Amino acid sequence: MLRYVAIRLASAVVMALLASLVIFLISNFVPGDPVLAQLGDILASDPTVVAQWRAKWGLDLPLWDRYWIFLSGLLHGDLGVSIATRRPVLEDIAQYAPATIELATVSFLLALVVGIPLGVAAAVWRDSIVDAVARAVSLLGVSAPTFWLAFIFLAIFYGWLGWAPGPGRLDPIAFPPEGSTGFFLWDSARQGDWETFHDALAHLALPAIVLAAATLGLITRTTRAAMLECLHQDYVRVARAKGLKERAVVLHHALRNALVPVVTLGGLAYANLLTGAVMTETIFAWPGLGRYTFRSAAALDFPAIMGITLVVSATYLLVNLVVDLSYALLDPRVRR
Amino acid sequence: MSDAVLDVRGLVTVFHTDAGPVRAVDGVSFSVGKGETLGIVGESGSGKSVTAQSLMRLLDPPARIEGGEVLFEGRDVLTMSPRELTAWRGANAAMVFQDSLTGLNPVLRILRQVTEHVVAHGRMDARDARRHGIELLRRMGVASPERAAASYPHQFSGGMRQRVMIAMGMANDPTLLLADEPTTALDVTIQAQILDLLAGLNEKFGTAIVLISHDLGVIGTICKRIVVMYAGEVVEEGPTTDVLSDPRHPYAWALANAVPRLDAPIADRLPGIEGAPPDPLAMPQGCRFAPRCPWRIDRCGTERPPLAEVAPGRLARCWVTADGRSLPPRTVPAHAKPPESSTTEPLLVARDLVKHFPLPKKSFFGAREVVHAVNGVSLHVMPGERLGIVGESGCGKSTLARLVTRLHTPDAGHIRFDGQDIATLGGEELRQLRPRLQMVFQDPYASLNPRMRIGDILAEPLLVHGRARTAAEAGERVGALLDMVGLNPSWAARFPHEFSGGQRQRISIARALGLEPALIVADEPVSALDVNVQAQVLNLMLDLRERMGLAYMFIAHDLAVVRAFCDRVAVMYLGRIVEEAPARDLFAQPAHPYTVSLLSAVPEPGRQRVVLGGEPPSTLRLPQGCAFRARCPVAEPVCAEPPPLTEIAPGHRVLCHAPGSLKGMP
Repeated sequence: MLRYVAIRLASAVVMALLASLVIFLISNFVPGDPVLAQLGDILASDPTVVAQWRAKWGLDLPLWDRYWIFLSGLLHGDLGVSIATRRPVLEDIAQYAPATIELATVSFLLALVVGIPLGVAAAVWRDSIVDAVARAVSLLGVSAPTFWLAFIFLAIFYGWLGWAPGPGRLDPIAFPPEGSTGFFLWDSARQGDWETFHDALAHLALPAIVLAAATLGLITRTTRAAMLECLHQDYVRVARAKGLKERAVVLHHALRNALVPVVTLGGLAYANLLTGAVMTETIFAWPGLGRYTFRSAAALDFPAIMGITLVVSATYLLVNLVVDLSYALLDPRVRR
Repeated sequence: MSDAVLDVRGLVTVFHTDAGPVRAVDGVSFSVGKGETLGIVGESGSGKSVTAQSLMRLLDPPARIEGGEVLFEGRDVLTMSPRELTAWRGANAAMVFQDSLTGLNPVLRILRQVTEHVVAHGRMDARDARRHGIELLRRMGVASPERAAASYPHQFSGGMRQRVMIAMGMANDPTLLLADEPTTALDVTIQAQILDLLAGLNEKFGTAIVLISHDLGVIGTICKRIVVMYAGEVVEEGPTTDVLSDPRHPYAWALANAVPRLDAPIADRLPGIEGAPPDPLAMPQGCRFAPRCPWRIDRCGTERPPLAEVAPGRLARCWVTADGRSLPPRTVPAHAKPPESSTTEPLLVARDLVKHFPLPKKSFFGAREVVHAVNGVSLHVMPGERLGIVGESGCGKSTLARLVTRLHTPDAGHIRFDGQDIATLGGEELRQLRPRLQMVFQDPYASLNPRMRIGDILAEPLLVHGRARTAAEAGERVGALLDMVGLNPSWAARFPHEFSGGQRQRISIARALGLEPALIVADEPVSALDVNVQAQVLNLMLDLRERMGLAYMFIAHDLAVVRAFCDRVAVMYLGRIVEEAPARDLFAQPAHPYTVSLLSAVPEPGRQRVVLGGEPPSTLRLPQGCAFRARCPVAEPVCAEPPPLTEIAPGHRVLCHAPGSLKGMP
């Protein structure tokens, strides 16, 4: 098992290096000459100034040397400086990431906690009311566009019923909780600051539900399909023939086998939630990576875009590793 | 019967399909006494498995039990509440299923699967159950039971998994064990071990056993009494020996006689009964077997016969034998002469063929493991000859078939076919060769493209090889081919799924015949078929040989089938031919200890058997010395040396240090 993890980690590092190379090459081949952009027409017409400038920024070096410099910067945790914010990209990311991770994780847990039991129930009581509800939920979740869902939820629960607070992570007049992680739920709970905790949770509720909808739909549908398949397997029949209670048959024999495809989907979905919350974050004024990504892309802020891309690919690699490890945990046939 | 453990009365199970209700089990009645062994035999679709699952109430919709009683020690299982049912299942009655690979949960440890119902039924706590589980595995003959208990199903061979399944069934010491085709997926030597185990359980613990199988031999070795099912009905019931020697229902007659047996006189033709079971959506009005019955009388077509006593202790559902008469004995057809071959040149000669398959590496630095499939095989086939290749799974017989047809390229060795060296042919030359050397595959479901019409499947090779220039010309040939294999030429527009297994195998044969081959290599062509259909297909292959002068290389695991079909037989073990002889000599005087054990393991009613222990060793290591010595009952130290190939009689060659040292059959 340890060996398996080691091999997978090693290959993840190789993959991350390859990803960095691809990112570097792409950002080098995008049209647009930094010399022209930075110096302006008059200075750029003077060849000696241009040559000096190129030498200063290392642009006269061969591509591979430049990659090496980029890579060594990367190894020291240096992603460069953002053009838009004039701050190191890493600092920006560190500031925005917790908000996104918190939102994505809560959404993901919501999707799992609701989706898996719903899918199981739908398969066990096939063609019943539960099944109809599950199918409706998964269809709606998958097909309703995020922006539409977001506006409807805001209009109903904030505008009309007034149950939910407005956009943002906290009340505009509230202070962020003390603590260093930037995860408001975690920090406030550790401080015993339950007032802030409730405030943060209330603000999180709507965006989390909206963001979870699509994932919830997929997980419900996949769980239902996988359970239906497993419930028709011989070993389920064998378990029934042994006189096990139906509950044990479903939970111990069928569900564990059915979870394998759900784990694949869940891993991909979580990575998607982490990196694809642009729309939700924008609508709910959520100060997360999604909004940072959107702003950087709009401003053609290449260092920031490269930093984000690298973080995204690292996230996918990590999630994939976790998915593969869960396989080994769930299915002994994968272990070697 | 008052002391019956199980008394089934008028059981009716209906599948509510889109096309209409199918009465898969239609008024089945039988009973099983305390400690009795009852066999239920029938072909696929006869309703025997559905009966078993109905008894345990394991069927899912659209199947529904719609009538009858299943009395277990006087209590009706069909009216039990869900709570009573779970308390009864697995405790008083247990079931062993056919496929131990899908029947065991892949993600749970063996111990858990063997003992969870012991705990669930409140018989033991977890710690005692653990000890009990390991003891059970030991009693079932599972090697190193402690380690096995902590393992997962995929780490075991099929035979070991079936032992685990039986351990699971026996865990709560049930009064009744239902075994649904428990040995069908196993090799014959392993099958013998499992059958011995079941018989032992009945003897030692008095467990009543209901054994369901399509194989009369399997049933006959264990069961004292037998129930024959056809089209959802019981058609005959009685003591096994009586039913086998003097069947009173024509279907039982066909079953008993269509099965090739090792102790029957060698004849070319197997007496099968033509036709197929009736369409379950449109059952005949009278006797369900009447459309196929050679002894049919007028009454059979109009009136459904009852299951009536035809002799003391014997029931049959037949108008012809209702007055107590027997059916005529089987007539042995004359042994047809093999076509005189004009040449003495062999059609196919293979010399020292070797084929190894490297496995994917487990890790970057790990050594690459190699499956040693074929390790130096030499053989020849004369024109018009039928050579049989037998052996258990993993012995390399299928790889050998693919080597001589050049679907695989041998790693070493020579193949001469029709005077031409074909071992290393490639591309166009190989394509030129294909029409003369055709193959028929085992699985008639997988080897026909489901999206192509039968006519197109048969026309394709004709057009590719220029045997027909236009589609119309090919269509004509296709009609003739279908006619030749006994199918209706107007069926050419149908798709494969519209045909039964036997009909599909006829189509596969027609496809091979279209190119007028000299040799057909048939890899287990009848092993997926019911015995009656098997007899029909084998007879067809014999007819075609006589008409077209074909030679066959016939690969099978079933010794009795090989004995009935082949002129000469080669026995394979771990990638080598260990014995080769004319069929008569091989079956009369087997000389290699493996051949003796293999023959002895074939289940046949009333025959003593030498049961071979252990399982074939891994093919990952190339065996040094005699490959069989680890399992050989008469192995000597000298067997560590490579054995010599000795010719002990004309054409009878044995790869053994001491041929003939193991005497098997009485």
